[in-house]
Amino acid sequence: MDLNSYLIISAILFSLGLFGVITRRNGVAVLMSIELILNAANINFIAFSRYSGMDFSGHIFSLFVIILAAAEAAVALAIILNIFNNFGSINIDDANKMSQ
Amino acid sequence: MDNIQSINFFIPELILVATIAFCLIIDFFLSKKNSFNVAYVALIGIILSGISLWFSSPLITTSLFLNSIVLDPFSRIFKFIFLISSFITILISLDTSELKNRSLGEYFTLITAMILGLILMTSSVDLIMIYLSIELVSIISFILAGYLRFKMISNEAAIKYVIYGAFSSGLMLYGFSLLYGLTGTTKLFEMNKVLFSHDFSHINLSLIVSFLLIIAGLGYKIAIAPFHFWTPDVYEGSPTPITAFFSVAPKAAGFALMVRFLNSLFGDVNPLNSENWVSIEGVPWQAILLLLSALTMIIGNLIAIQQENVKRLLAYSSIAHAGYILMGIPLLSKDGVFAVVFYIIVYLFMQLGAFYISIIIADKYKTEKIEDYAGIGWQSPFLGILMSLFMFSLTGLPPTAGFIGKFYLFAAVINAGTQYYWIAIVGVLNSVISLYYYMRIVKVMYFNEKNIQNSFVPSQFSILLLLILGIPTIYFGVQWTYIHEWVDSALKFFIPNF
Repeated sequence: MDLNSYLIISAILFSLGLFGVITRRNGVAVLMSIELILNAANINFIAFSRYSGMDFSGHIFSLFVIILAAAEAAVALAIILNIFNNFGSINIDDANKMSQ
Repeated sequence: MDNIQSINFFIPELILVATIAFCLIIDFFLSKKNSFNVAYVALIGIILSGISLWFSSPLITTSLFLNSIVLDPFSRIFKFIFLISSFITILISLDTSELKNRSLGEYFTLITAMILGLILMTSSVDLIMIYLSIELVSIISFILAGYLRFKMISNEAAIKYVIYGAFSSGLMLYGFSLLYGLTGTTKLFEMNKVLFSHDFSHINLSLIVSFLLIIAGLGYKIAIAPFHFWTPDVYEGSPTPITAFFSVAPKAAGFALMVRFLNSLFGDVNPLNSENWVSIEGVPWQAILLLLSALTMIIGNLIAIQQENVKRLLAYSSIAHAGYILMGIPLLSKDGVFAVVFYIIVYLFMQLGAFYISIIIADKYKTEKIEDYAGIGWQSPFLGILMSLFMFSLTGLPPTAGFIGKFYLFAAVINAGTQYYWIAIVGVLNSVISLYYYMRIVKVMYFNEKNIQNSFVPSQFSILLLLILGIPTIYFGVQWTYIHEWVDSALKFFIPNF
């Protein structure tokens, strides 16, 4: 496998994530799509770090991204839980009380 | 500088860290009713941090923690901006009835933690640190936006914020990964060196794509069009003191990060400390930023006209102000950055002031509608006069600080050359549009049929806090030499000598 195959996989993942964020209306599904985008970036980081013989900062970056994604998911799930308690649904379009 | 040596230069931040820990411990020992006392611990910590910052050497420029963050006068002035704005936000939070009878220990702890994130945002020169600090600020913002968890609009604000925020930081991260692949390093200055030493005509497209993705992330943070859709709902739904804080501090940090990031990445060698800066060829980042700036001003102002809710109006006006400030960044001149910092300082006082008056009125009269403000100017002259002052200043009329800020911005645009005249014209036209909706509030307060009959004098605490916000707004409009010199002395950046 060369660098390009990894980049293509990450680009596909990124596009899938983008598509999911735009089309999905379920809060948890949107969150999962965002995770796809973050992991696409992770694949990029590691592939670049591995194939260009550079330092390890790409590996370290992806570790930080994984940690932050977990933190973000925890907060987002808590908020979605709250939405479910108050609105009775996790469809993000239902959470639309404010005037446009 | 290595990690151990760096600690000597990191004392204001360490005091904040200690304050965060201390707030959490104190919160354990307080009942829900008394939990607001954590605010005093946070205030003391902020004051101590401010004192240690004040006595730190103002002109030192160095990099800390193995070149991941820097210490320079530019980051120092922003640290003061964050400490002042969070100090005022905590005082406002103590006064508002919106947060009464809630457990507030975490609230004040999170605000203190957010200051730390904001400070790191302005000082990071490493992609890892930039991403970490932005996420630190964002994650705390999500929690604070949804802090009133039994209130539906607060929930809605939080979910909108978290989805837009996580999405745009994902885009930015993908941009970072491309940038890392192109240059082979995560350090901004080394990236700059790599970009200059290579003929990058063949990597041009990927550089532009990664720039656009990164701008999506940063633009979300400072709420510029077309990444502004979250702003009005989040600002309306969040607790109002938090809204006031969001509209000032993370925006200021976003602009500081943008100035440092763009200029150390795309600038010519030693771009930040010389008089006129040169950008690398091939990436149209200046044109893109100018277009976004014009778009932001127009969208912010045109939609603000139609608003009936004061918080939403101030939200759109803050979008418009982000557009004005953004004008100063792509000019590639010291004047431009000077105007950006100057404007952020005057904007802090007038924006927090306008929000605070809307909080006092919402507490007293239970309304956020502009029509319901009728008669306040006569029944409560103090609030009327100060609200008019903040509105004049937000419009940019003399003799207020907002006028001086706008004057420096437009002067920087005009001085930068004839190719920038069009953006100055767009900016002036937008100021005229903004006159309409700001003056509408003043008109309703004084000239509409009176809705409010009983006279109302705010508490002494409110009067004092309003004076703290109001006096600089008028004083910097008449006598701004001190702040001019302060900002001027702060425009020194850390540049590594290879």
